[in-house]
Amino acid sequence: MNSSISSTSLAAPDLPPRDLKRSMGSMLLWAFIFGLLAWSWEGADMRPMALIENSGNMVDFADGFFPPDFLMWKTYVSEMWITIQIAIWGTALAIVCSIPFGILCSENIVPFWVYQPVRRLMDSFRAINEMVFAMLFVVAVGLGPFAGVLALWIHTTGVLAKLFSEAVEAIDPEPVEGIRATGANGLQEVIFGVIPQVLPLWISYSLYRFESNVRSATVLGIVGAGGIGMVLWEYIRAFYYAETAAVMIIIIISVSLLDIISQRLRKLVT
Amino acid sequence: MLVVDISGLNKSFSRDKRALNNVRLQVREGEMVALIGASGSGKSTLIRHIAGLLRGDRDGGKIAVFGETIQENGKISRGARKVRADIGVIFQQFNLVSRLTVLTNVLMGMLGRVPAWRGSLCMFTKSERMRAMSALARVGIDGHATKKARHLSGGQQQRAAIARTITQGARLILADEPIASLDPASSRKVMNTLDRVNREDNVTVIVSLHQVDYAKDYCKRTIAMRDGEVVFDGPSSQLTPAFLQELYGEYSSELFADGSDDTAKPVAEPVAKKDLAVATS
Ligand SMILES: Nc1ncnc2c1ncn2[C@@H]1O[C@H](COP(=O)(O)OP(=O)(O)OP(=O)(O)O)[C@@H](O)[C@H]1O
Ligand SMILES: [Mg+2]
Repeated sequence: MNSSISSTSLAAPDLPPRDLKRSMGSMLLWAFIFGLLAWSWEGADMRPMALIENSGNMVDFADGFFPPDFLMWKTYVSEMWITIQIAIWGTALAIVCSIPFGILCSENIVPFWVYQPVRRLMDSFRAINEMVFAMLFVVAVGLGPFAGVLALWIHTTGVLAKLFSEAVEAIDPEPVEGIRATGANGLQEVIFGVIPQVLPLWISYSLYRFESNVRSATVLGIVGAGGIGMVLWEYIRAFYYAETAAVMIIIIISVSLLDIISQRLRKLVT
Repeated sequence: MLVVDISGLNKSFSRDKRALNNVRLQVREGEMVALIGASGSGKSTLIRHIAGLLRGDRDGGKIAVFGETIQENGKISRGARKVRADIGVIFQQFNLVSRLTVLTNVLMGMLGRVPAWRGSLCMFTKSERMRAMSALARVGIDGHATKKARHLSGGQQQRAAIARTITQGARLILADEPIASLDPASSRKVMNTLDRVNREDNVTVIVSLHQVDYAKDYCKRTIAMRDGEVVFDGPSSQLTPAFLQELYGEYSSELFADGSDDTAKPVAEPVAKKDLAVATS
């Protein structure tokens, strides 16, 4: 009896008419994208031929990296640890600050004359790269890891406060109202109504920022803010490519390991 | 004693239409009142105003609960938080914090009573915890105390919300469509629990309902709203099918799901259903 339901017994529905406006729109969009790329060609000094012309030199250059020289591996590993420790403190301080700042950025919690200025402050924290902050802090507190911690702290606070507040703005208002209705005060509304709802997301965002802070921390050393980046920069400047290769391999392995661990943890909480 | 006293309350969300229109209402201690009306008639809005969660218009309207002004002339009064501690609100969507345990949710009922620092740190004494547990036992879900709220069924969550108001020691319960998303068996359980709290603890209850049958079964008095106005306030037994038909409009027969409405014409009904299906597709 199945055969009685055949496709021919039903009148085929008409195809929806082509939307001229939309296809015009997408043509314009593509034109814009290609236009943008063309316009940027010169500014970015795009010279694909240089890659081919200099291919001989490139091979020689690459050859210098092999075999990697792990003679000083103990130093590399301990510097890598310092890098990770910079990221840990930079992220931890940022998380602590992002909780109040994130809440003060949320338009469903505070009035606009609070969230507007706080948001602008966070924008400025975020707008400036951690490398720039690191250079400033190296001047202020001297060479070394602490400058790196401060740089990561400020920049990450700007990033996490925004992410945290986006989570807060997406909460269910009902449980919060339920808490308010019991006669609770504003702080208690946040503690019991808001935080439990956003905590998994907050943890996930924090771990994600930790991953990317480890990556950032590896280059902070270049401006003198401590960690493996300092070693890397010394070697590159001195043309010690075999050692440079060894350091890069250590960085790749540690960053990948941390990413994997952190991803596992993030899966656990969400 | 007057538990709720509303006079001249207006609320306009937008300029052209009033969600509440000159509401005047008095509820005495120990009453269990049903609040009915079609969707959008203003039931939730009224309940949220009584709890001081929404402000009325600034044109002289006033709400007092237990003799204390909770809002007047569009302003929530300073003492509102203290008054709220005596009001238990139960919402259609339960309004529990789904990631916290049932027990913690119920303990939240005491936030308005314990010192602020202790409440904020979630530090409750043994006797306070016992009180929460016995409230859970009263609504019959003490076996679920350590579960996360979201792992409970709808009916159980709603009873947890009632337990929260019991723990709170609420003397007035405002329940906004507490059974709208529940099956009939769970609905009965929730309504029975409200009924017992009302009779045994002398807690005043205002409950908004979509099913008129429940209003008739559980509440002596019914308040009916239409377009933000109170259009009926009297004994539930006086609600006539003709009035309900008018209150809910054309498809009101669907409200009498268990067939208690004998005015529904069996011949006409399928036609109406079909029209509705066409209209919504
Ligand atoms: N926050 C709001 N902003 C704007 N308009 C609102 C708001 N809340 C309610 N309204 C409007 O007020 C009117 C009454 O809504 P209310 O939610 O009180 O109705 P209700 O009787 O509870 O309906 P239902 O049975 O569907 O829950 C509706 O017209 C609604 O659109
Ligand atoms: Mg409603």
